[in-house]
Amino acid sequence: MATVAARELRDGEVVFVGIGLPNLACNLARATHAPRLLLIYESGAVGAEPERLPVSIGDPSLVTGSLMVCGMADVFQFLLQNGRIEVGFLGGAQIDRYGNINTTVVGSYDAPTVRLPGSGGAAEIAIHARRTVVISRLSRRAFPDSVDFLTSPGHRMRGRTRADLGMPGAGPVRVVTDKGILEPDPETGELVLAALYPSTTVDEVRAGVGWPLRCRETLREVEPPGDEDLRLLRDVLDPHGLYLRS
Amino acid sequence: MRDAVAALVRDGDTVVIEGFTHLICFAAGHEIIRQRRRDLTLCRLTPDLIYDQMIAAGCARKLVFSWAGNPGAGSLHAFRRAVEKRDPPLELEEYSHFGMVARLCAGAARLPFWTLRDYMGTDLPTANPRIRSVTCPYTGEVLATVPALNPDVTVVHAQRADAQGNTQIWGLLGVQKEAALASRRVIVVVEELVDQSVIRADPNRTIIPGLAVDAVVVEPWGAHPSYAQGYYDRDNDFYVGWEPISRDSAALKGYLDEFVHGVRDRSEYVERCGGLDRLRAASRVCAGVNYGY
Repeated sequence: MATVAARELRDGEVVFVGIGLPNLACNLARATHAPRLLLIYESGAVGAEPERLPVSIGDPSLVTGSLMVCGMADVFQFLLQNGRIEVGFLGGAQIDRYGNINTTVVGSYDAPTVRLPGSGGAAEIAIHARRTVVISRLSRRAFPDSVDFLTSPGHRMRGRTRADLGMPGAGPVRVVTDKGILEPDPETGELVLAALYPSTTVDEVRAGVGWPLRCRETLREVEPPGDEDLRLLRDVLDPHGLYLRS
Repeated sequence: MRDAVAALVRDGDTVVIEGFTHLICFAAGHEIIRQRRRDLTLCRLTPDLIYDQMIAAGCARKLVFSWAGNPGAGSLHAFRRAVEKRDPPLELEEYSHFGMVARLCAGAARLPFWTLRDYMGTDLPTANPRIRSVTCPYTGEVLATVPALNPDVTVVHAQRADAQGNTQIWGLLGVQKEAALASRRVIVVVEELVDQSVIRADPNRTIIPGLAVDAVVVEPWGAHPSYAQGYYDRDNDFYVGWEPISRDSAALKGYLDEFVHGVRDRSEYVERCGGLDRLRAASRVCAGVNYGY
């Protein structure tokens, strides 16, 4: 997933980096095809070049050697709301049919069965980044028909579109999973299967999604990670297996 | 620290201990727990381990926040028990990071609210009716609004200050400036007290002017297990180790008994941790600039 997500980034782009796999994906892209990628962390580090894998988005290694460090009022108002962020990465406990994301509660808000961390910066990244990439492992629980709580908007919110609601960014253009890639239907905004990993089947993907998943007319096959990608991920970027599990 | 908390933090106060990953003042949180403050409204973007401990210790009536987790390591389980099992009950007022930042900007500017282009399509305004909207008088655009946050007391950790409270911070700045200037009372806690000439030699690095500060406390290692750039690294092992402690309320109580109630002050805490020298920062000193004219 880290390699597939890294391929979503083009050299020279401005990326809002989250912790975990997105962080790994961004640093892999920087070490391979996108050396001029500009990494911005919501903690205020701009143009970070961390010398170790940051454990959190507030890691001190993001500061040392970066281009600028600013306060969070500047990050959210003068960079994100200003429209400077080209790509944002998002993840979540639940992702629904229209790419809406829930990171707030499982169950009802007032009496949740599981209390999740909440939005953090995700709501505004989903609204303002020019496009977002979502990363999550497939499962029925993670991909319900409709989220229990709408933390970060996707393409259709209670019947209303991003354009209806005046959102600046294009929303989730890719949902990278461990079996394939989902993309929004240009007409309806509904997520459809666009690409499969080698040796996975459409049925396997459908089994991990809580709505009748439609497929693009021609499905792409996702290229597996190259030897150099794997070497970088395992030996250089995450040698202690902080984020890589398989 | 004992005197500053005794004089400036009262039962029922709205309290902000800020710091985004960096410069979170655990020393102040522990002293508030030791002095058994009650019914506090605790506000922070990321409640982090310090508010998990304060919730477990019974200090909090309400939590105002935007992201409540233990980054990369798990959950804040005292917080989750309070919300999922009402053990004990905790009132929530929830925003996103941008919303919390905007609340402090309004507070620091002494305006009643702040506007932001946010929350459209989300369930956050339903969950929190204090997130509202306003129509722009120039363009007609409907913008989200959040109310000013003006804490009774804010605690800011920093690398250094002079005795008047002129405070210098480098590394991640979080919302330290906004939180301090929004607050009625301000406690600055520093790694080092320096002569005013050190401050005057590099005035651009002063984030909070002394005119806004009520007390300066000198407390080396006061942010541990958070960090202070140039002084010590984040204790990531502590954050990972918090998961099983926080998950078990008896273990959490045991932690508070040993490391908070069981020590008199920060220096005893550092001793109880077996010393923290392993976290001491390497040297990456910058060149400095010419302020001449």
